[in-house]
Amino acid sequence: MLSGIYGLLSASFFVTLDAVDVALTEASVGAGIATLLMLVTVAMTGRYEHTARHKPIGALAVVLVTGGLLLYGILDMPYFGSVDAPAQLHVAPRYINDSMQEIGVINIVTSVLASYRGYDTLGEVVVIFTAGVGVLALLSAVRRPEEDVEIDSVNVSMHEKYLILRVVTKILIPFILLFALYVQFHGDYGPGGGFQAGVIFAAAIILYSMLFGMNTARRVINQPLIRLLSAIGVLVYGSVGIVSMLNGGNFLDYNLLSDDPVAGQHLGILLVELGIGCTVTSVMVIIFFNFAGRTEDHMRTERKSA
Amino acid sequence: MFLGLYNYWIVVVLMMIGFYIVIAHGNLVKKIVGLNIFQTSVFIFYISVSNIDGGTAPILAEGFNRYSNPLPHVLILTAIVVGIATTALGLALAIRIKESYGSIEEEEIQQRDNRGC
Repeated sequence: MLSGIYGLLSASFFVTLDAVDVALTEASVGAGIATLLMLVTVAMTGRYEHTARHKPIGALAVVLVTGGLLLYGILDMPYFGSVDAPAQLHVAPRYINDSMQEIGVINIVTSVLASYRGYDTLGEVVVIFTAGVGVLALLSAVRRPEEDVEIDSVNVSMHEKYLILRVVTKILIPFILLFALYVQFHGDYGPGGGFQAGVIFAAAIILYSMLFGMNTARRVINQPLIRLLSAIGVLVYGSVGIVSMLNGGNFLDYNLLSDDPVAGQHLGILLVELGIGCTVTSVMVIIFFNFAGRTEDHMRTERKSA
Repeated sequence: MFLGLYNYWIVVVLMMIGFYIVIAHGNLVKKIVGLNIFQTSVFIFYISVSNIDGGTAPILAEGFNRYSNPLPHVLILTAIVVGIATTALGLALAIRIKESYGSIEEEEIQQRDNRGC
């Protein structure tokens, strides 16, 4: 709960600092998925910490010394918001002044993300994909169908109680999905893009599975398909790079995707954002399903032992 | 001087809170929470650096000619999503450790390892 508020607070902080894209991401990640994962983990690992036996004085000393050094370093920083700070003079003017002619996308964040620093973003997508594979390797359990039936009967009786929540969610979910699609494809013109849309999409799916039970959700969302999608997203991204290489340019040089360089950039950014959206959505869903599946197994063994 | 660097003071304080949690607590989940706080302080640092007086969000529009620096925004946007993915991986590891050791306290895990060999 506190971590959700923390996420929302930092999101509103980013809005006041003119970083709307970042705020959108932080709002959906920090206030939604991060909190949820933390709750699931705490439910499984126990709520209370054992009293610490080692003395924290040493740690406090290290922290104070490091903090003091950092504060000393900060005194040399240019003042907050100053126009002639080194950070504002390096590549930023080029992005702000030339991106309209070179990329033709209003949202500079999108053009930097998908085009100028496309290679970097590809790396990030691969990291997300790898984390998804890692969670899958650590937590995925082989499920037997007869156990699912047993949980199903428990779930049905449990979820009958939350009638209002269920009806409201049913009405809400199409709008959340629609909003995610808007964020995905409107990323060129306003705040948005594949990363944000992916997380919002995943949030809708997670909301559904929380209220209707994991097994209903498993029936609606095909797990092997989701795993395939997470790989396809990376593949789409990489393929755009390979195609531009085959057209005689550099890796991820979208100018050559079409006869007109700006149209090529538009096409490239669209495809790349689609790839990002695919991977982020499916990795988030994979992570949530595996965490929640573990919790169910955990509760079942506890019930048996009790 | 205090007001001009206000954001950076906050960043250092948050960062040190996170750092303290990471090194002083033996509980693995708390360590991950500490890392998250540390991470947020870095986000705030980057976004503060990108901010500019009289600037607006970096979406080109008529009537504006001064925008925040878009580059840190891009870096942090991807870092947030990568951060949640890696946090999930860390939490998954904590769950597996809990399952096989019965505890997520660093010292108890160490004791059990020592007894094993």
